[in-house]
Amino acid sequence: MKAKFALSLLFLLLLPWLLKALGSYAALGSYILIWGLAAMGLNLLMGYAGQVSFGHAAFLGLGAYGAGLTLKHLAPSTPLALLLGTLLAALAAFLLGPLVVRLKGIYFATFTIVFSQLFYFLAFQWNEVTGGDDGLRGFARQDLHLLGLKVDLTASEAYYYFVLAVFLLLAYLLWRAVDSPLGRAFLALRENPLRARFLGLRVERYLLGAFVLSGAAVGAAGALLAMLINFAQPSMLHWSTSGELVMMAFLGGRYRFFGPLLGAALFRVMEELLSSVTEEWMLFLGTLFILAVLFFPGGLADFLRRWAWNRR
Amino acid sequence: MDLFLLQLLNGLVSGAFYALLALGLALILSLTRIINLAHGGFLVVGAYLGYVLAGLLGFYPALLLAPLLLALLGVLLALLGVLLEALLLRPLYARDPLESLLLTFGLALVLEEAVRALFGPVGVPFRIPEGLSAPLFPGTAFFFLTRYRVFVLGMAALAGLLVFLLLRFTALGLYLRAGAQDREILSALGTDVRRLYTLAFALGVYLAGLAGVLAAGQLGLSPTMGTGLLMPSFVALILGGVGSLGGSYLGGLLVGMASGLAGQFVAQASEFAPYVILALVLLLRPRGLFGQEGFFE
Repeated sequence: MKAKFALSLLFLLLLPWLLKALGSYAALGSYILIWGLAAMGLNLLMGYAGQVSFGHAAFLGLGAYGAGLTLKHLAPSTPLALLLGTLLAALAAFLLGPLVVRLKGIYFATFTIVFSQLFYFLAFQWNEVTGGDDGLRGFARQDLHLLGLKVDLTASEAYYYFVLAVFLLLAYLLWRAVDSPLGRAFLALRENPLRARFLGLRVERYLLGAFVLSGAAVGAAGALLAMLINFAQPSMLHWSTSGELVMMAFLGGRYRFFGPLLGAALFRVMEELLSSVTEEWMLFLGTLFILAVLFFPGGLADFLRRWAWNRR
Repeated sequence: MDLFLLQLLNGLVSGAFYALLALGLALILSLTRIINLAHGGFLVVGAYLGYVLAGLLGFYPALLLAPLLLALLGVLLALLGVLLEALLLRPLYARDPLESLLLTFGLALVLEEAVRALFGPVGVPFRIPEGLSAPLFPGTAFFFLTRYRVFVLGMAALAGLLVFLLLRFTALGLYLRAGAQDREILSALGTDVRRLYTLAFALGVYLAGLAGVLAAGQLGLSPTMGTGLLMPSFVALILGGVGSLGGSYLGGLLVGMASGLAGQFVAQASEFAPYVILALVLLLRPRGLFGQEGFFE
């Protein structure tokens, strides 16, 4: 286990250089980690607490716009932008949560779609603040000041390591949340909400907890994404982006902690490869997704595990 | 005053599209317990089918045929779904009903992208017959009341009426309503409920296709027209009360009129108005206008 973890870490540390050696670009690594973080955040709700949200793009967008607006108007600080973007998303999840946690299953999914569209329209039409259709421009990630040491984050390799550090920290926090009595409670909600209630769990409160935690994680990913491209746009909040997150988490494997990261990597790499060949790359990913839902509901992580098991 | 009427009429016309979509969604939902995220995709496919057929046959045959072909596609898909379900999903069914929701999302992507691949990402204009594009009362203040708008409203009303008659006065309608109320009991009484699922799915898809062809004449064709129309239809579905067919139809009209009227005062408000209404209604009636307690819970 430790060896596997160390190997994965080594792989992640070398990823930008590996990508460049393969003829790709370093920022793809950042994309994978950021979308991976977002999908893992969504998966806290989807895989652990068992409620699928088709509205998490709202939190991604709030994180992105929160970070962008912080850099543009408040203070030129990358960590502060990350923090405020995350908090904005968490706050929205906290306010929205009580409305949706009473619902379960497909009603939960429908409500989250509907309410996230509100934020989409807000980003789209509040021109003075969000830049409207054109998106939010005019901000850039800033250098990091660590203990008097200045770290230049301009290069995409440098920013990758910042993203990696944030990813590892948040993944650790998510893991601590999941690998605790709280995480067990989430599983109980997923497996049998009625029984969980009879056992004395306050179902709505735990769901709200899962909703806020996952919203915050997705918001952090949004902030990182905005600072990666120095841009925030309304399509980040569109429900099809929520759908992409759901696809990533599902394709990767929602019953494994790092499954969604695998899914995000699969999704982004396939996008890179396919979009150079055809404009309709989503057609192929959509088909793949349908097949995965039909034949591999456990996703890639589950598939690999079974494959490794059979080879023994 | 004229402007007010114009906005109301515009709202009512988009409301007609929402109503047809929401009615189809509610039909599919009440039988199969699936929120069909691919509904917008079916609308787009219907609209483009209508476009192709109108080029070949003329507008009126296309109006009828395109949704029919689409419904046939819907039947095939539903049959495929039944087959796949029997073969693969049934063992998993009890585990996660959400997988069908995810499947329809994948289907939505595939349908929209397939249309984009075949017809290009840019919209194309959809020609409606000369007779329909003229104003109903030329030369008066009501110039905006084009025959096409009246036609759209008439078709939507007719479709709604036919669905109502089917459900209320035929044996099949009785089965459908019984299935919506309690499919376990109906199944235990010896009815093959999965045939009803297929039928409800096809009917819902037909309504989506009809909305697609009608919307194409009013709004023009584009691969993304489905998503834009689908969201307000979800609002309509919830507003009317999940599980209530008449409620979702009425909800569609209400949502359309609300956004039309709000747009008269503040242009941006038309997108928000449905959500404001939804929030208000849900505060007073948590299950929507006609939702029943204990239904779908």
